[in-house]
Formats: sequence, C-alpha cells, structure tokens
Amino acid sequence: MNTSLRAGRRRRKTTAALFLTPFYVLFIATMVVPIGYAIWLSLFTEKTSGLGFGGTRRVFSGFGNYADALGDEKFRDGFVAIGLYCLLYIPVMVGTALALALLLDSALARARRFFQLALFLPHAVPGIIAALIWVYLYTPGLSPVVELLESGGLHWDFLASDTALFSIVNIATWEWIGYNMIIFYAALQAIPREVVEAATVDGAGPVRIAVSVKIPMIRAAVAMTMLFTIIGSLQLFTEPSILSDANPAVGSSWTPNMYAYSAAFRANDFGLAAAASVLLAVFAAALSFGVTRLSSGRRTA
Amino acid sequence: MSTTVQQPDGAAAPAPAPSRTPAAKPARRPRPKGRATEALMGKVAVNGALVLVTLYMMLPLAWLLIAATKDMGGLFGGDGFAFEGFHFTENVKAVSTEGDGVYWRWYLNSLLYAGVGAALGSFISVLAGYAFDKFDFPGKEKLFGGVLLGVLVPTTAVALPLYLLASKVGLVNTFWAVFIPVIVNPFGVYLARVFSAGYIPGEVLEAARMDGAGEIRTFFSVAMPMMMPGFVTIFLFQFTAIWNNFFLPLVMLSDQKLYPVSLGLYSWNTNAHAYPEFYPLVITGSLMAVVPLVVAFVSLQRHWRAGLSAGSVK
Repeated sequence: MNTSLRAGRRRRKTTAALFLTPFYVLFIATMVVPIGYAIWLSLFTEKTSGLGFGGTRRVFSGFGNYADALGDEKFRDGFVAIGLYCLLYIPVMVGTALALALLLDSALARARRFFQLALFLPHAVPGIIAALIWVYLYTPGLSPVVELLESGGLHWDFLASDTALFSIVNIATWEWIGYNMIIFYAALQAIPREVVEAATVDGAGPVRIAVSVKIPMIRAAVAMTMLFTIIGSLQLFTEPSILSDANPAVGSSWTPNMYAYSAAFRANDFGLAAAASVLLAVFAAALSFGVTRLSSGRRTA
Repeated sequence: MSTTVQQPDGAAAPAPAPSRTPAAKPARRPRPKGRATEALMGKVAVNGALVLVTLYMMLPLAWLLIAATKDMGGLFGGDGFAFEGFHFTENVKAVSTEGDGVYWRWYLNSLLYAGVGAALGSFISVLAGYAFDKFDFPGKEKLFGGVLLGVLVPTTAVALPLYLLASKVGLVNTFWAVFIPVIVNPFGVYLARVFSAGYIPGEVLEAARMDGAGEIRTFFSVAMPMMMPGFVTIFLFQFTAIWNNFFLPLVMLSDQKLYPVSLGLYSWNTNAHAYPEFYPLVITGSLMAVVPLVVAFVSLQRHWRAGLSAGSVK
C-alpha cells in the first residue's frame, strides 16, 4: 500500500513535469531568451570602419548604448509624455469605469445586461482599428463629430499640437472603460449584501454607501486595474503611431516604445534599440513591483 | 497580489456566475423611505448617465457601420451619420479585389494566427494551470512566480528583442515569427489554475485514480471536460489578443502575403494619405475585421464575464 502510494506520487510528479514542459519551453524561448539576447546586444555598438568600405564591425561598448538612450532628450521626453498621459488617462478611465460599475450595481439601474454588453463591445475592436476610426472621426471633412461641434459654434481641433494628448487619451479610454467596468462590477457583486444593508439601515444614502462602503471593499480590484493600466500605458505605441500620421506634433519617438522602434527600423541601430527595450522592461518591472508591494502592504496593514 | 494568487480557492471561481444575474434579485435592497418622486429622479439620473456613456461608446461603431455603405463622395461630403446611397456591396467588392484579393489572404492569416494559435495556446495553458493546481512538486510556487512575472512584462517590450533574436536565427519574415510567440500566454496559465481549482473537485480525481486510470487518462477523460468552460474563456481572450495584435507582426513581417488583417489595414491606411480611394477600403475592411469578434463576444457573454471576474474578484 505504502509503496504504491509513493509510486503514485512519483507518477504525479512526472505528469506535472510533462504538463508544464510545453509552456516553459515556449516561455523561455519567447520571453527569457529574447530579453537575455537583447541585454547582450545592448552592450555592443556597430562601427562603420574607415570610409564605409568593408562593412561594419561590432564593438563592445559596455553601457554606452544605455548612456546614449538616457542621454537622448527624445527618449526622456517619451517617459515625460507617458507620465502626462497617465496623469490624464488613469483618473478619467478608471474613474469612469468605477462610476459606471457603481451605477450598474445600484438598485436603480435597468437593463443591466444590455448596458454591460454595449459598454464592453469597444474592447472587441482591435486597437489599430479603434485608432483608425477615431483618427477619421478627428479629421475635418471626414468627421461628423467635428462638423457637429462646428455647427454648435464650438471649434475644437483634435489634431492640433496641444490637443494630441487629449485625442490619444480619448481613444484609449474608449477601448478600456468597458473592460475595467466589468471587472469592477464583478467585484462589487461579490460584496456581501448584508454589509450594504447594514449601512442602509444606519441611514447612509446610496452615494455615501458607494464612497465609504463599496469602493473600499473593492480596493484590491482597483489596485490591480491601476497596475495593469500603468503597464499598458508604458507600452503605448499603436494609438500615437496612427495619430502621428495626421498630427505632426506626435513625432516618431513620442513614447519610449516608439523610440525603440525608430532606433531599430529607421536608424538600424540595434544596440540602441535593445538598450531602450531593456530600460523600458526594467522600468515596467520595477514599477509593477513597487505598486504590488504598496497595495499588498496596505492590505495587510 | 501574490498573497491573493497563491490560493485560488473555490469561492473565487467563476462557476456560479450565471446564477448571480442581477435580474434574478429584483428587490435585493430595501428602498430608503424617500418620496416616490425622489426615487423616480434617481432612476432617471442613473439610467440617463448610463445611456449617455453608451451613446459615446456606440458612436464610433455606428459611424463605421454607416461609413462602410458610402463611396468616396459620400464619405467626404454630406452628413456623417446619414445613409446616402448604398455602396456597401461595391465596397466589399473593392476590398476583395484590391491587390488580387490580398485582403482575404490577410483574413485567412489572421484566422490561422488567432484560431490555431489560441487553440494551441489555451491547451498549453490549461495543461500548465492544471498541473499547478492539482499536483505537488518542489519549487512549485517559485515556478508560478515566473508565470506571474511573465504577465507583468510588457509584451511590446519583448517584441523588439524577439525580432532581434528572430533575425539572428533567420525566422524574421516567416509565418513562425508571429505564430510561435503568440502561443505563449502566462495570464492564461494563471486563469487555468483558478478555473481548475473552481471546477474540478479533488475527490473526482481521487475516484478516477482508485479506478486505476493513469494521470494522463484522468486529465483527458475527467478533468478536461470539467474545465471546458474555462478553456473556452481562455481561448476567447487569447483569440482576441492575437487577432488584435499589431506590434509583433509590424516588427516581424515585410512580406504582405504574411500580414494579418490588422497590419494589412494599417498599410492601406498609410496609402490613403496619397490615394484617398483607399479610405473606403480601410473603413469597409475594418468593419469586416471587427464583425467576427463582435459576434464572438455577443454569443459568448457568459465566458468573458467569467474570465474577467476570475481575474479580479479578490
């Protein structure tokens, strides 16, 4: 009996290894190795020898590429742009998603299923197509929205240099409100009803209950959404790339990711591109580590 | 986050989601003793706000639908939200014939990348998630920590390193350059672990073992059928992610014949600046690319709801 039990346990270990192998082989091949290779590449730089004859040589340059990237104002501006973007985007998107979830969760809401579906649908639209549609909706002559605003006496240029940030935030907000609203709504539905009823009996109104009972109880879901939103924001690429065609104020290196892309494909500087990618990944990892520590620390406190 | 993840207990599993439809409990909260008019105003305010936001969310989609029925003249003149002439079939025809029908080639590529990639990827995720949930082995939580780290690393930050690696091994501008990386889905492994904990009671596996079934047989004939709803959920999200993927194909592919729809539409849009006749093509092509996803999400509502709840309710 004892030996057969042990045999069963060993068999289970073998099965576990068998089941985990496909995932980890691919995981290592497509995530661990490329990042390792990028770190390796980032330590070299291509030097054109002499007058350009004889091709290029690869020379070890230590942290030279990192110094170049960090020393480049365009790269640093990318982080500033992301920072500003987050300052506008996170309150608007997370705030609206949270407000919508609370509205849906209130006893007064009707047709909850319909609203959830309708609000979620934009998330099914590919990011690139969402960006295309909105840029068309920003383009005077093509857009009924611009026309409508004009006829109302409002002049708003979506493609001006000082409205670029707003225009990009609007696209991203449209794509992500519904997704996060569903997450918040699911978390709200999991709140024990007695808690809400007790607050009602104590004489708290619906707004008061939302702010001081419901929101604190779904704090974990809100923190997690913030984390994923920040990580998503760091990789911002599609929306500003599409907009940059229509708005010259959004340059080809508006975000760090766009900077890395231009370094690789416009300047053919793979070392610099690798260094920029590594810096971005490290920054993202450090930030998410910080946010998780902060939120889990608060939860245990 | 790690504290919540390490114990994907049954309570947080999405299984009971369908029975918790809000419509099923009409009078769940006693209404405060306010006047009837006050309650009515509250109702109007709440639903009015929801309608307003819904209008904003639907506006671009409505415009896309209407714009796809217009020709060049209709697009640039007249009322954007009014039907003027019905050129939808001509537009579809134009989309289909442009560049010797390359659009359908892109569509087929997208179906291959997303359909086969997501099927394979979800299966691999389910295998791994099941192993994490149901087996004990040394270093388990450390390995799972690696998965979570994978969730947190930005996918586009890995795309460029992937390109550099692929160009080293000669895979750039091939089908595999896009297909292999999209199979890997760390978040799917996380979801699969949660689903496995929620859907498969340990006693069922014990019973199968008592009956003498091997571990692999138990997985395929007992566990996998029970996890099917979870599998569909992971598949749906991965399918959408791959269908919507733009950065990786942009980096990897230069041969138009390998493009997915997203990248193809992007290249048409780039043309549209010089040749405005590409605008109707981009618009109608976009509509055609969005339809399968909308249909999938409308018909599989239970699954994406379950997926989003499982990923967050804790």
